[in-house]
Amino acid sequence: MSRIDVVVTGLGATTPLGGDVASTWDAMLAGRSGVSPLTQEWAAQLPVRIAAQLAVEPSGLLDRVKLRRLDRSEAIALIAAHQAWGDSGLADSGLDPERLGVSIGSGIGGALTLLAQDDILEASGPRRVSPHTIPMLMPNGPAAWVGLELGARAGVHSVASACATGAEAIALGLDMIRAGRADVVVAGGTEAVIHPLPLAGFSSMRAMSTRNDDPERASRPWDKGRDGFVIGEGAGVVVLERAEHAVARGARVYARLAGSGITSDGFDIVQPHPEGAGAIRAIAKAISDADVAKSDIVHVNAHATSTPVGDLAEITALRVALGDHPVLTATKSMSGHLLGAAGALESIATILTIRDSVVPPTINLDDPDDSLTLDVAANKARHMDVPAALNNSFGFGGHNVALVFTRP
Amino acid sequence: MTRDEITAGLAEILEEVAGVNPDDVAEGKSFTDDLDVDSLSMVEVVVAAEEKFGVKIPDNEVQNLKTVGDAVSYIEAQS
Repeated sequence: MSRIDVVVTGLGATTPLGGDVASTWDAMLAGRSGVSPLTQEWAAQLPVRIAAQLAVEPSGLLDRVKLRRLDRSEAIALIAAHQAWGDSGLADSGLDPERLGVSIGSGIGGALTLLAQDDILEASGPRRVSPHTIPMLMPNGPAAWVGLELGARAGVHSVASACATGAEAIALGLDMIRAGRADVVVAGGTEAVIHPLPLAGFSSMRAMSTRNDDPERASRPWDKGRDGFVIGEGAGVVVLERAEHAVARGARVYARLAGSGITSDGFDIVQPHPEGAGAIRAIAKAISDADVAKSDIVHVNAHATSTPVGDLAEITALRVALGDHPVLTATKSMSGHLLGAAGALESIATILTIRDSVVPPTINLDDPDDSLTLDVAANKARHMDVPAALNNSFGFGGHNVALVFTRP
Repeated sequence: MTRDEITAGLAEILEEVAGVNPDDVAEGKSFTDDLDVDSLSMVEVVVAAEEKFGVKIPDNEVQNLKTVGDAVSYIEAQS
């Protein structure tokens, strides 16, 4: 049996860099930072007072009554999914809803709703807790809302693998189409947890940058001065489609999702394996699944979150798994770390890198770590032919996901 | 409070929680069939009405409140 090919026919995003894919991509190529000070009153007492907040508020795009029923992570997932759906041209294609699936996850879920409703519970008692609380905070909420609004009936899934969620959701979409369970899967990730509790939790782990006086320079993967990640919020969604289906309807194809590799470390709940063993296996599996050679992967959109340990473990893994030829970038230097949406946004960046033959920069790489032994598109975009590229995502819990995209 | 005043108060609540056009709110209108208020929104309407009108509307009464007029009568009797 010949293998089912899967291609990307739609993109959607709302991020700290822009309210859609085009503006986000323009900002990335220009090397702009989406990180800014948190000016809310609650931020004053926190050790971390910076974040990559959405460039465009959902309140301008969805009506007030609808927003009352949506967690912020659900609202932005809907915005990104509708963009991707519109971009794909599938709306009027006569697609059988039973052949349409959804795979959209979140790393943390509806925490803003949980915390806001707990405030109401404490202040006013249980009767004042919103009847919309549960569908707003349930982790499958974003996928369920997207499935509802698009009428998807082939299955709605929501994986959760912390900061690998967005990539794993896309990998699951690939599996669904290959397994014959769907012709089209709307896949991606969403996250919106900029609130004192998650910030305090990550801060207590000493995982976040405290460069509060210089927000735009705080996210600095591979730089000697890096001191942790910068939290971001946003959603990224891609439309995956069986290649023959896309060709038959004359769809515009961005790229091919050629393969995926998923592994688990079995090592530590939060620390990456020091030699990147799980990451190496994930990359090797993705390359094998994509049926490409190591040498074909000329570019990697790295996970690189700007933490001291994680950034270098990934370099070690890439050297072993690919060699010393790929040109890397870390777009989190600009977008911040979108947690469960990161793998989706970075997949979109990887896809557009292939389409436009340009690698977006890693900004703030002023003084590269001595252990950075691979070539990075430092501080300015690099024009180069990219027939095939890899996107890495790793998550607390020891999740490793690698995706290979190629020119269609 | 007159029936018209209670109706106007309910219309404000319905607009806030369910996006119902206040001009559509009249005593003869059914919450679910005419005003498209779903069951979760009805819970919000009830809680907001209790607060606004200073009444108690037990859950076992809510099922009897099919129309705006039903709710006006209940609130009128309680207040």
